[in-house]
This record gives sequence, C-alpha cells and structure tokens, in this order.
Amino acid sequence: MSDQFLFATEVFINGLMSGVLYALVALGFVLIYKASGIFNYAQGVMALFAAMTLVGIMEGQVPFSHIINAVFGTEVHHFGWHVPALLAILLTVGVMVIFAWLVQRIVMRHLVGQEPIILFMATIGLAYFLEGFSDLMWGSEIKTLDVGLPQGGSFWIEDMSAGLGSDNFYGFFIDNLDIVATGIAALLVTGLVLFAQYTKQGRAMRAVADDHQAALSVGISLNFIWVLVWSVAGFVALVAGIVWGTKSGVQFSLSLIALKALPVLMLGGFTSIPGAIVGGLIIGVGEKLFEFAIGPMVGGATENWFAYVLALLFLVFRPQGLFGEKIIERV
Amino acid sequence: MFYREAGDFKVSYEEDSQTFPIKFDRYRYYFVLAFAFLVIPFTINDYWANAILLPFLIYSIAAIGLNILVGYAGQVSLGTGGFMAVGAYACYKLMTAFPEVSMFVHVLLAGGVTALVCVLFGLPSLRIKGFYLAVATLAAQFFLVWLFNRVPWFYNYSASGQINAPERDVLGIVITGPNAPAWATYLFCLIFLTICALVARNLTRGTVGRSWMAIRDMDIAAEIIGVNPLKAKLTAFAVSGFFIGVSGALFFAIYLGAVEVGEAFGITKSFLVLFMVIIGGLGSIFGSFAGAAFLVLLPVVLKVVGVDVLGWPTDIVAHFQLVIVGALIVLFLIVEPHGLAQLWRVAKEKLRLWPFPH
Repeated sequence: MSDQFLFATEVFINGLMSGVLYALVALGFVLIYKASGIFNYAQGVMALFAAMTLVGIMEGQVPFSHIINAVFGTEVHHFGWHVPALLAILLTVGVMVIFAWLVQRIVMRHLVGQEPIILFMATIGLAYFLEGFSDLMWGSEIKTLDVGLPQGGSFWIEDMSAGLGSDNFYGFFIDNLDIVATGIAALLVTGLVLFAQYTKQGRAMRAVADDHQAALSVGISLNFIWVLVWSVAGFVALVAGIVWGTKSGVQFSLSLIALKALPVLMLGGFTSIPGAIVGGLIIGVGEKLFEFAIGPMVGGATENWFAYVLALLFLVFRPQGLFGEKIIERV
Repeated sequence: MFYREAGDFKVSYEEDSQTFPIKFDRYRYYFVLAFAFLVIPFTINDYWANAILLPFLIYSIAAIGLNILVGYAGQVSLGTGGFMAVGAYACYKLMTAFPEVSMFVHVLLAGGVTALVCVLFGLPSLRIKGFYLAVATLAAQFFLVWLFNRVPWFYNYSASGQINAPERDVLGIVITGPNAPAWATYLFCLIFLTICALVARNLTRGTVGRSWMAIRDMDIAAEIIGVNPLKAKLTAFAVSGFFIGVSGALFFAIYLGAVEVGEAFGITKSFLVLFMVIIGGLGSIFGSFAGAAFLVLLPVVLKVVGVDVLGWPTDIVAHFQLVIVGALIVLFLIVEPHGLAQLWRVAKEKLRLWPFPH
C-alpha cells in the first residue's frame, strides 16, 4: 500500500474519532430540541461550566473567591482538600440538576408558547450569562482536568500498523483518549436509548416530544419532564466537558464546541439521535480529509468553516437534514 | 394634551403620508437632528467621540441593517460580523487603490460590495428557513473571516496581516487616521446614519417593506397572495448588506483605524448586533437606535461603576458584564419581547390620552 493512502487512512480514522466528539456535543442539543422544541445554544457553555465545576470541586476551590477577595480584601482560594474524581463527578451532576431546575423555573417556564426563534435567542442570553457566571465562580485561567482517562498516542496501534507501509510510515497515530471517548459515547448513546425506551420517565419524555398537549392531557407533568430533559442535557454536557477538557484543557474555547456541533446538527437533522452521530462522523471525517487534501493549497485552517459550508450545501438539497422529520408547511 | 393628531390638518397627499404625522414627533425629530448636527460637533472631545458617540452611530447603522433582515423580513442572520468585515476590507482596498477619490464614495461602494456578498449568502434562504438559515449564515461568518485572514491580497500583503486605514480626507478635512479631528469623524458618521435611517424608514413604509413583512409573517401565504419571495428575500439581504457594509467600513476606517479581522469582526460581533436588535425591538428603526445606545453605554457605565467607583479588578467587571448582558437579554425576552421600542410605543399611547385616563 502506498504511504499516501495510509496517511489518508490515518486522517480518516482520526476524523472519525473527532466526529464522535462532535456527536457527543450534538447529542445534548438533540435531546432538548426533541423534548421542548428549544434549540439550546447554551449547550457548549454548559459543557464548559460542568467541566469547570468538576475541576473546582476536585481541587477544593472556593467558589467566587475572586469577588470575595476583591470585595472584602481577603486572600482565600482553596479549601485545602481534594475530592476523588468519582465523588466530584457525582457532585457536578448534582450541580447540573440544580442548574436545570433553575433554568426551567426562572427562564423557560415564562417563555412557553413563544416563537422558536425567541427561545433560541433566550438560550444565547443564557449562554452569555453562564459564561460570565462560571468565570466569576471559578476564575478564567486555563485549568487541567485529569479524572484518570488515558492520554497520549496509542503505541500498540502504532507498532502494529507500522509494518503496513514503507520505511517512511511509522504506523497510525491514534490518541488513546479518542478511543476511550468513542467507548464513552457508545455507552452514553446506548444508555440514553435504553432510558428513552424502557423507563417510565423516558416514555414520558418521548410523549412530550411528540405532542405537548396530548402529553399534558394524559397526566404527564411538563415542568418535571423539562427539568429532567435539561438535567440529562446537563449530564451529556458534563461528559462532553470531561472528554474535551481532558483533551485540550478547561478554558473558554471549550464553549466554542457548540459552534462545531451546529453544522453536525444541520447535517443530521435536529430531531434525530442517529442523525447527530452520523452527522458528527461525516463532519469529522470531511473536515479532516479536506484539510489534508485541499487545505495546504488554500492556506490551511479550513476546519474553521468547512463544516458550515458542507452543511449549507447539503441543506440546499435536503432542507431537513439527513434524518430529520420532513418539514411540511401549511398556511 | 400636546401629543395628538387632532387639530393637525393635512391638506395634501404629501403631508398625509409624511414620516411623522404627529406635530410633536416632527418637532422632536427636527430638534434631535439640529442638536446632533449643530450643537454636538462644537462641544465634542476625543473621549466622548471614541468611547460613546462613534460606536453608537456606527452600531446604529449595523443594527438598522440587521433589523431590516431579522425584524422586517424575518430572516435570522448570525453573519453580521462577517458582512461588516466585507465592508471594512472593501473600503480598505478602495482606499489604497484610489487615494484621490472621496471617502464618501469609498464607503458607499464598500456598502455595495457587501450587498452583493450578502445576496450571495442569502440565496440559500429560498430553500432554508428558521434555525437552519440562522446556522447557515454562520457559514458566511466563518468563511469570510477565514478568507480575510488567509488570502494576502485582501490585506495588501502586509506583514502583520492587519489592515491600517491610511489618511484620507473629505473636502480637505482629514477624517481617517490618528490626526482626524473628533468633530469631523463624528459628522461623517452622523451623515451616513441620517441617510441610512431615512432610507430605511421610508423603505419599510413602502411596497418593499410591506412585502418583507408579509414574508416574515408567513412566507407561503405571502407567496400565494402575490409577493415574490425571491425578490423580497434577496432585496432584504441586499439592503441589509448595504447598511452593514457601510457600518463595517466606518467601523474600520473611522473608528478603529487598524483592524485584525478575527478580533474585530468575529462571531461575538454578530451576536452583539443581534442583541442590539432584540433589546431595541425587532422591526423598529427607533429600536435599532435604542438597542445600539443601550449596549454601547452599558459597558461604559459598568466600567465606571465597577472599576472607578468600586475599585474592582477589570477582569471581574468584564465577567460581570457578560452576566448582566445575558441576564438582560433573557429578561427582555420574558418581560418585553418587542424590546425598548415597545416601551416607547406604550409611552406614546399614554401621552396621546394624557391627561385623561381612557
């Protein structure tokens, strides 16, 4: 096999892996969109907030220490204890549930029945709020997150595949973290599907997604379901935050993964969980291969826009995305 | 008592269809214009011009442009930053290629170029609607910023990748570069804003504006009663693009002077202008002014209160700013989805009845 082909294969595999990560973020969007018709722009910032909270709890940081120090002239930063990763994750889930409840209680309850675009803008506002809030709470410096996920390249795969090409080819470089992330994503999706199919709450969730009015009339509490959905989305955000945070540090740019998830959603359709995954894979592979093949000719860094342009071209031919429900318009 | 139609007799069609049918409104409008043109230029100083007045004027133009697209035609766009960048770079290329031509022409041409680009990216709007369109316009945002970053022709092969506004004048008065007097830059922007607002106001009252609003309210129904959606949507994109391009050109040439595209015209700029439109009021020219004024003044006020009065570090104040802006957006959407313009409308309605309760 030629080296060029092998390099392309390596790019392809890495694209698949990053596609899984995009899909992980996109999942959170799909969940909320299906259940409440809200396109939650704040999903990325939620991932950032969750990761920051996790780091903060693990390190025993004092929340709002910046403001406290500035206002009272004190010098408090840390409680001086370290929380084990698993307990910290559980606590963070608790925080995300409280956050979901607050969002539902303070914001979304008052916006029921508004136009979708108004709801979308409200979540943009929410994203700004949460971004500032998490910086105030935990400080804005870059933090490292280590919950015990493996990192670095996988030597085993590199050694095994090195023999495939000529001497110039050193084997596939694949990040261990990406492999683990793929496993986590698979687990998460299976878990979500099982939850939606076989539990009482899951069924109620699907009923609400299907028809708000009908769900209300058979005695399903919309408020409860929405809190539940936002909590689940918060949990998905936490998982995405852990994986991305381990990969590239917990910092502001983490919230920008929301922007990466948008073209994934457009491609896959806003209402479909398989769509989010397939869309993520297509985008991940597409942008890596494009950068590999065409990128050097046009100055590189095409990853910034390729996903959007691909999704845009795609939508012109199929406005509801790959797996989305057919849009039927009536007057 | 003073604010009413009664007693103000219209004796010609021109008078009947004028912009401000109520006498009080008309005089207020003349007064504001006179104040802006005749008083402020003589009292202005550099701080006021650079911190408040210039950004207000320029963002107002951008907000009017975006309001035409989002508020009147219902096509949500998140590509404002990218389109402003088109205006800025078009202006830059024109300024450096034709140094002897007046800045007025450059800015207008920059608007025209942006209108073309905007129409190009507006073409998918015929197929894509709602959210999908909003996300699709992000393609414009990211692609355009990348283009201006990576293609050296756009920044004239300068080593830093930045563009710097060379010194240019209008009628012999320098209006770009560091030596431009505050009153000249202010007047230059004000003239553009006045023209843009007048054009926008009259466009939205006329045939074009009505077809935009019909498309916004329900595009299929509008199509059935004979509004051409292709024409309506693309004119909305073109007019909006023109305004946004003009504001981008002014933002670069007059206000900043030197621009690094990712920083000045990034996605945050798109959101900022969108927030101005939402807070000000969708589908209202006055709202565009109000929203721009609000979001230009808010950081200044916060900085004065937070840093100068309370003595907090600037980063905390910056974070607070995000929190407050976000909370305000949500609050506005909950309490008053039609923005500041609606408050103004309610106030006018009250004034019309005053001093009677009903």
